[in-house]
Amino acid sequence: MVRTRLAAAFVVMGLTLAAGPAFADSRSDSKAQVDFGIKAAQRDLWKEALYRWKRAVEIDPTYAAAYNNLAIAFEHNGRFDDARVAYEKALELEPNNVLIKQNYDLFREINDRANRNGDR
Amino acid sequence: MIGRTATATGSTRRVVTFGAGALALTLVASGCVSFYEIPIETPINAKLDVSPFQRVHVVGFIAGGSDDVDANLETVRLLRSQLRTRSGLRVIEADVLPLAEIAQEMNKDSGAPTETPAAPATESATPEVKPVTPAVKPTPEAVDSAGHSPQAAASVARVRDEKSLASFEPIFANVEYWKKLGEEFQQPLIVTGTVLFTPQSKSGMVSQTRETYDNLGRRVVTPTRVFMERKGYILRPKFIFIDGRTGTRIYAESFREERLYPSQQNVPALSSYFELMDDVIPRFLNVLSTQKVRGTRVLLK
Repeated sequence: MVRTRLAAAFVVMGLTLAAGPAFADSRSDSKAQVDFGIKAAQRDLWKEALYRWKRAVEIDPTYAAAYNNLAIAFEHNGRFDDARVAYEKALELEPNNVLIKQNYDLFREINDRANRNGDR
Repeated sequence: MIGRTATATGSTRRVVTFGAGALALTLVASGCVSFYEIPIETPINAKLDVSPFQRVHVVGFIAGGSDDVDANLETVRLLRSQLRTRSGLRVIEADVLPLAEIAQEMNKDSGAPTETPAAPATESATPEVKPVTPAVKPTPEAVDSAGHSPQAAASVARVRDEKSLASFEPIFANVEYWKKLGEEFQQPLIVTGTVLFTPQSKSGMVSQTRETYDNLGRRVVTPTRVFMERKGYILRPKFIFIDGRTGTRIYAESFREERLYPSQQNVPALSSYFELMDDVIPRFLNVLSTQKVRGTRVLLK
């Protein structure tokens, strides 16, 4: 009984230790993609930026900033449905991030305008 | 590491505390504070497919509200000039139709009740929308610069509010009339509708900022709320797009814009009209062509 508990504790410890560097690696890889994407967007290379931020969320699906940036790139491309999904994911990961909220509010204003279908 | 923490001395704890603080600072510096404002241009697709049309004809509007601005003439002029420069369609330059007069004539011919200048607007005064064969020629009569024929101008009912405007609306459902007009101008996309430009005054608490300088000469901005009387205008245009080949309405969209100024500020009605139309024009153009909305967003690291 004691042995089983000890084994379980070791397994948990092992997993925790293994997950730590793995998480750190995926975050730093994802961060590198995000940084590169930002540089691309600043040079008006939005296609490249979009690709980088897509990669970033694939590498680390818990990275709110990557989803935020991806949403902006989708918005810039006129892909409103994709942008909404990405913003919502970013807010789900960081519900109190004021900057993501601000971006999302501005996006919603434009999205509402695009979806207005007249009086008919 | 766990063992070391368990047997940590005072100095080790200080190192750990310092490390945590540095880590937090690094996180703040690298993770939370790193952001970049970036300009973006969001494309909004056109709401109407105008590819079957080569020409656009802004015929005129049923306008009302303030007497200081001829909203029919000004709206036609403004829309035509915007369409000339910002759309791929050829703009037809023709006389502005006195649409209110034509609509009134149609209502008379169909036996529908019409608004009279003295009559108060009532619910029963609004006729049903039904296609009426026009007794009025689609070709405009000679009109003055304000889009009124001299004879008809005297007798046309004043449009003061949305209720009185509604009594003129059956003209937009008159398929035969628009089809005939379309044939005359080689079947263009017809733009028409209603424009209500009404004065407005409001009083209440308004948020303001007050600038003061402290003893050291530094500027201090304090938000304050003050009671203010303001006056201005409300612009309520409704743009109706009609297929010149069939005479049928293909799209309509209404807008509402409002501007209020301090009562001591004397803003001419025409200036206010253009200010309000500045906000409406991009949305009007967006019906016919893809527009790019400029804005900024914040990229995060």
